[in-house]
Amino acid sequence: MEPEPRARTTALIDRRGLQALIEALADEGYRVVGPTRRDDAIVYDDLADLDDLPAGWTEHQEAGRYRLVARDDQALFGYAVGPHAWKRFLHPPVETLWTAQRDEHGLTFRSPEPAEERFAFLGVRACELQAIAIQDRVFLEGPHVDAGYGARRREAFIVAVNCGEAGGTCFCVSMQTGPRAESGFDLALTELLEADRHDFLVEVGSPAGAALLERLPHRKAGGADHRAADAVVARTASRMGRELETQGLKALLQDNPEHPRWDDVAERCLTCGNCTMVCPTCFCTTVEDHSDLAGTRAERVRLWDSCFTLDFSYLHGGSVRQSPRSRYRQWMTHKLASWIDQFGTSGCVGCGRCITWCPTGIDITEEAAVIRATAPQRRDP
Amino acid sequence: MAEPTRPRLAVWKFASCDGCQLSLLDCEDELLAVDEALDIAYFPEASSAMVEGPYTLSLVEGSITTAHDVARIREVRAQSRHLVTIGACATAGGIQALRNFADVDDFVAAVYASPDYIATLATSTPISAHVAVDFELQGCPINKVQLLEVLSAFLAGRRPAIAAHSVCIECKRRGNVCVMVQGTPCLGPVTHAGCGALCPAYRRGCYGCYGPMETPRTAALAREWQALGVAPREIRHAFRSFNAGAEAFREESEAHDDQAT
Repeated sequence: MEPEPRARTTALIDRRGLQALIEALADEGYRVVGPTRRDDAIVYDDLADLDDLPAGWTEHQEAGRYRLVARDDQALFGYAVGPHAWKRFLHPPVETLWTAQRDEHGLTFRSPEPAEERFAFLGVRACELQAIAIQDRVFLEGPHVDAGYGARRREAFIVAVNCGEAGGTCFCVSMQTGPRAESGFDLALTELLEADRHDFLVEVGSPAGAALLERLPHRKAGGADHRAADAVVARTASRMGRELETQGLKALLQDNPEHPRWDDVAERCLTCGNCTMVCPTCFCTTVEDHSDLAGTRAERVRLWDSCFTLDFSYLHGGSVRQSPRSRYRQWMTHKLASWIDQFGTSGCVGCGRCITWCPTGIDITEEAAVIRATAPQRRDP
Repeated sequence: MAEPTRPRLAVWKFASCDGCQLSLLDCEDELLAVDEALDIAYFPEASSAMVEGPYTLSLVEGSITTAHDVARIREVRAQSRHLVTIGACATAGGIQALRNFADVDDFVAAVYASPDYIATLATSTPISAHVAVDFELQGCPINKVQLLEVLSAFLAGRRPAIAAHSVCIECKRRGNVCVMVQGTPCLGPVTHAGCGALCPAYRRGCYGCYGPMETPRTAALAREWQALGVAPREIRHAFRSFNAGAEAFREESEAHDDQAT
């Protein structure tokens, strides 16, 4: 039986088509960024051509552990997510907000010229699309819109990739954010690597995506291609490294601020902030004001910050969250519970980065499971 | 023209290698601006013209290792409206604080032909153990950009923007891949930021040159090092370097003392 006809336009491209995609994006003035191998990891960096993709590599991820491993095939997207997230580009780690100059006429404030950079992201995973959607809500909704983020976001061209491998710390199925890219992309690819072919099923997600596809050598996708792509995603979905029960999770965490597990996790927490730095939705920043020696020039710089620093909760007279216990509890309950009060969705997309990149391997899914298993009482719904 | 009102700067040396005060001379592009903003009144490393105190701001390098030092730092404090310590020696006792873990007389006997010429204290201690300190700038050596920030903040009457969090945060901002998660022991999670995550950027574990961060979780990190296969003796050595005398590092090194092999 043929599958239901898809709502989206689809096509097939091969590796030449993918090379043409990178070239077409560069030709249209995009800075093409995607997965590449560096420092024994798969990071996001500039791509000049297809050879920059990590062909034939995958990774083993566990709590506090990441190792690159060679595959026995030449898959271009045969891995999950690495240490970088796209927020590095849309919400840069360091950004000058304004500079001020003092002269005989007084003070002059200047905002730096917005960068003209237009990003094309190649290889955005479903969980990452959800993370971008969450940061869109944070930065673009409400009364205080982040203009720089808005400009970068508006200009960005997104090529999603449906995951062909689940990482050891992945749990997007639990968070209902993947492994299939459902929306928020211009084009979405599914890698079809079989004995006699290496193709990519392309789904069109926007008019810009449709226009770009027209520039690439492509052919019609048939029912067998669609079934093969569905099988790739289904296989990945069945191989999640982690799971997180979300039913009643918000109430569970908000009702148990005194659970003894918080003391247990505090024994392992370094308060180093790595989980927040690698999280694709963590958005907090601090500002630093600098003045020069002569007192004629000043600037305000915005930097990625973390709720694990003492300064983060500094109010008049001291920091509110002195203990590691209070800081880990704040981060986890915000991410999984009060984020829902604040923004309408969970702050977690199930990418597993906080688990992999915690130097002591603290596992948010395990912490939640233990609290669930040992919580004294559940609040009535 | 502005000279009479310029704050008077003094730079002092105690037990140290001079590297931190050299950071000031290393401010090549900014050195003239420093000289215009501050009256460099006492800086023997740079000039033989030494103006007597009092001073508006004293930068103090080095640790206290002799009875003479103890008296001299009190005099420096008395002559200085503001006193800022720079570097691991001044803020934590420096590498020479290794003597605090042994009998200094044994060292003296082993090193000097005539030990009786040597008059030294049993310990190397930070400046703050002896006099009140207005600000401590950590690092071995200090970062010259941070030194300029401290001077600029002082001149503007604002708090220096010197973050006390872990090296990890600046490491991640820089886009480095975590070496610890890839199997290389790293002190970054317990170490004060300021170097820009220099060693991890070159795929080395952090050596802890900037001393303990604001809430150093040394025991949790040491457990993880053990899980990576690091011997207790190596853990003790890692915490016993330039910042051996800093409380958190000293305590963690002592925790691995009795297991030494």
